[in-house]
Amino acid sequence: MTEKDVIIIGGGPAGLCAAKILADQAVSVLLIDRDHHLGGQLIKQTHKFFGSEKQYAKNRGFEIAEILIKDIRDKPNVTTLLGATVAGVYHDHVISAVKDEKYLKYRAKAFIIATGASEKALAFENNDLPGIYGAGAIQTLMNLYGIIPEDEVLMVGSGNIGLIVSYQLLQAGVKVKGIIEALPVIGGYKVHATKLKRLGVPFYMQHTVKRAIGKETLEAVEIVRLTDDFKEIAAETKIIKTKALCIAVGLSPSSQLLGMMDVAMKYVKELGGLVPVLNETNQTSDPHIFACGDVSGIEEASAAMMNGYIAGLGALKQLGRAHPRHDELLHMYHHELELLRHSSYGEKTLAGLKKLGGGPYAN
Amino acid sequence: MRIKNHPILNFPEKKDIPFYFEGRLLIGKEGDMIAFALHDNGIKVLSHSLKLKRPRGFFCGIGNCASCKMRVDGVDNVRTCITPLKENMRVEIQKDKGVVT
Repeated sequence: MTEKDVIIIGGGPAGLCAAKILADQAVSVLLIDRDHHLGGQLIKQTHKFFGSEKQYAKNRGFEIAEILIKDIRDKPNVTTLLGATVAGVYHDHVISAVKDEKYLKYRAKAFIIATGASEKALAFENNDLPGIYGAGAIQTLMNLYGIIPEDEVLMVGSGNIGLIVSYQLLQAGVKVKGIIEALPVIGGYKVHATKLKRLGVPFYMQHTVKRAIGKETLEAVEIVRLTDDFKEIAAETKIIKTKALCIAVGLSPSSQLLGMMDVAMKYVKELGGLVPVLNETNQTSDPHIFACGDVSGIEEASAAMMNGYIAGLGALKQLGRAHPRHDELLHMYHHELELLRHSSYGEKTLAGLKKLGGGPYAN
Repeated sequence: MRIKNHPILNFPEKKDIPFYFEGRLLIGKEGDMIAFALHDNGIKVLSHSLKLKRPRGFFCGIGNCASCKMRVDGVDNVRTCITPLKENMRVEIQKDKGVVT
């Protein structure tokens, strides 16, 4: 069994930033990711990020990933284990990971869980037909592997992911047949929506998917208009021919490992689902376990990065090796989070954190 | 279809990787995951649901949803969306839950 001071599970923006804080301190770190590369979902983001220079704003997502990966790559105390899925977590601070069909065991003094989120599905008739994809799958296929899903795609969801992926589809030369949104208002940044409208993408507001049509694969989608209280108006349906339907209706935290660790958790709708209760250093109810990024509440990568730094600081303190600038850095990253969340789009997160309690917003 | 021109990303020409789907010779590209090479070859049905045998394709593309599980070189339940394509790989649609070899 390999022993480490800190094990970070998940190499996306949160996990990488946690690793970055730890990399310059005298602690041994193991960073584990299921994928064959670091960067999480950042590596397929082609849009420029908002925020401050602390979040590398104005850089594109994949460029931010490159910066973060470079920062930890040559650090002798940080080992990475890629292509490994953490399968079990035990009470004696041992975890097991599966890599190349082998079980590996590790023990650590502190764990940072940064496992991210998974996409929500949408319930409608035939929603399992091939040709119906999560927005992340379309991004992966298109932006990482350079393959378009189809010539034409219909999008569900006008949140930032729906809008951004629609724009990315246009960039790849794919026609976006429309964006379907159940609410009467666009969910994401207006600047993205305006760009799409200008490019002629129709928005079907107060609509949802009634059913998918097709035998072996998707051929068409029937959409239906909704009332203000989300009831279907049976007479107002429309059939849209498309071989690809992209579902962008939000994310839910991938908190399964935290569940195994028996840490205190709460269901908070505004944060995306079941999330851990954290203190101001992102420490869970088990003092050895920290969480950061989407697994502790769905936000943007910029917030995940700040939370990664905070969890890194927390883990150092827990090990009795507090960062020499602990207080100053903790204050700074919380301040950055506050700035990010006090834009009009942070309202939901703030409301969620209030409900969750425990954190710096508890008072 | 492969993207040729993109305003932000570069997709340099990659080496052809021959592989087999249900015994049929197909061509993918170096660095592809199996499911994506199949997609580029027009193959969308990767598995069938256990009870009703409904066709399934990949949904999440990052190894979460399990609807892309196939038999690869005789091994069942391989998540093809996160498994790199290799030369002369034999990819098949698996039967039911698959068998442990």
